Amino acid sequence: MSQAKASAPAPRKSLRAWILADNVQRKLVMITFMAAPLLLLFLFTYFPFAKMVQFSFYKRTYLDPGYYVGWENYIDVFSRKEIFGSLWVSVYYMGGSIVQLSLSLFFASLMVFKVKGEGIYKACMFFPYLISGIAIGFIFKFFYARGYVLDTILHMFGIPMEDMPFWLRDMKINNICLVATSVWRYTGQQMVLFLGAMMSINSDLYEAADLDGANKWQQFRYIIIPSIKTIITLNLILSFSGSLSAFEPPYVITNGMFGTGTYFVTMNRIAYEDQKVGLACAMAVVLLIIIIICTVVEKVLMAWLFRDKYEVAAKKADKAAKKAKAAAAKGGAKA
Amino acid sequence: MSELRAKLDAKKPSTIFFNFFKYFAVIFASLVCLVPIVVCVFTAFKTVDEYNATNVLTMPQSFLYLENFKVAFTRANMLRGFCNTGIVLVFVLALSIMISAMLAYILNRFKFFGNGIIRNLFTFASLLPGIAMQVTVYQIMYTLGLINHLYGYIIVLCGTDVISIYIFLQFFENLSRSLDEAAILDGCTYFGVFFKILFPLLKPAIVTSMLLKGVSVYNEYYMSNLYLQLPELKTISTSLYTFTGPYGSQYNYICAGVLITILPILILFLFFQKQVYSGMAAGAVKD
Repeated sequence: MSQAKASAPAPRKSLRAWILADNVQRKLVMITFMAAPLLLLFLFTYFPFAKMVQFSFYKRTYLDPGYYVGWENYIDVFSRKEIFGSLWVSVYYMGGSIVQLSLSLFFASLMVFKVKGEGIYKACMFFPYLISGIAIGFIFKFFYARGYVLDTILHMFGIPMEDMPFWLRDMKINNICLVATSVWRYTGQQMVLFLGAMMSINSDLYEAADLDGANKWQQFRYIIIPSIKTIITLNLILSFSGSLSAFEPPYVITNGMFGTGTYFVTMNRIAYEDQKVGLACAMAVVLLIIIIICTVVEKVLMAWLFRDKYEVAAKKADKAAKKAKAAAAKGGAKA
Repeated sequence: MSELRAKLDAKKPSTIFFNFFKYFAVIFASLVCLVPIVVCVFTAFKTVDEYNATNVLTMPQSFLYLENFKVAFTRANMLRGFCNTGIVLVFVLALSIMISAMLAYILNRFKFFGNGIIRNLFTFASLLPGIAMQVTVYQIMYTLGLINHLYGYIIVLCGTDVISIYIFLQFFENLSRSLDEAAILDGCTYFGVFFKILFPLLKPAIVTSMLLKGVSVYNEYYMSNLYLQLPELKTISTSLYTFTGPYGSQYNYICAGVLITILPILILFLFFQKQVYSGMAAGAVKD
């Protein structure tokens, strides 16, 4: 249609028509290409999000619209033992995410220093990430069950069966066992990420460092870490918010029994078994706020931590260089 | 020069120690990652008597005993699960890749008011905890009549795809704009530019995001459990979950079921290792 318009009238008008047509076309393509994703985004993310905030002030079930209760649900989130307890469980997972980060950094740096058969080790360590949460749940239910895998392995090393704790029932250690599951699951993936970032460092740097007699630790500290600090920060943030949302393995392994209910396992029960929709929504909002706070705090903290040290170091080096220069100049003058 | 140096270095005790330590650590870690899975493999091939009599670390008498797999496959109705997951995968991958490639095209190639806002909306959406949102998404699905239909589940899965968008955005950054401009000058429409010229060039990005999305859809449990409750609509992960009930601690069957679900992923991984790794990197660098 636009072409018909453009070809008919005088040249001046046709130019305008062409621009217009281009404009129309741009709008058309923008609308058709963005309609679906934006519709889906609003329908399944922002609309439910708004509803979630609204419901969090109501006492309601799925079918019964209920009534307004003000901040009561939020007070419940912090005063109910099982919910607050599950936030405490998340602290274990956060600890786990730090362990996981250190392990993955460690193995990634080892692999940077050329390991024969790297691909095989990498694949072995990465593969757990691709297994579904439910399957991992079963694998580790079996792993920790009384008299099965872990007990047998420890028995092989001479520890008598009677001394072994119930890995999943003993409240002192069961959360650590479950966190170990998630460390097992994600370490390889993080390692691959770090390794990818480390590989993009110019290898001349290592060689130069080698020639200058820097040891492996110094190479790690002064070449690797500074070059991949952004991706470290990002991963720390992701694994922190991930640790708040651990769900499937604990859901399958213990179903939240014996004090292992993570936030989502507890929330799942409240939302679907107890049908307390309002309370579940308040939990979700609280979780979101925690995630946002964590994200911001970590970004600021990491930026401050890293930049400060290196700027300080650079300034110090600068000063030292100036002093040296000045000294040299003085010395030169004296001589 | 550096080779010579490396040869000299190799004799230093510190280097020898470092090398020993390096291999020890890496091999140990690989073993730790494999043991829980290998034990499942052992257990899945054992007969019931063997399973009761031997300890978990002994190898099965034969790796040809497939009875456990048969039982697991039929009792958990895994054929149904695989079919449903297959249908869902085909549609979700096709739709979500089209949708996110088109969106990335607009966001990357067009400057307009709201471009930045839309990007931020998607970034913020990725912060929202998925499982937490389902409480209210469920109500929307219920109102729209999308519960207990495969297409409802497919639509929901298409709606939450931020990583693919990032992958495509990054890829477009590196595709020269002169391609578009030349095509436009030749009288090509914007639609033509996208479908005829850019989309075929997106192949590597499509493969990566298909792999990532594919694995996450295949492994998805929570939403399929919520929105596909009829037994004939079970996907592979919900049918695997049925092992929690009647089997209790008959781990020979459970392990067989677990291995059946892992196998397709393992094969995919062995074929597409490189793409999976690079996809990880692309999906991670959001900013």
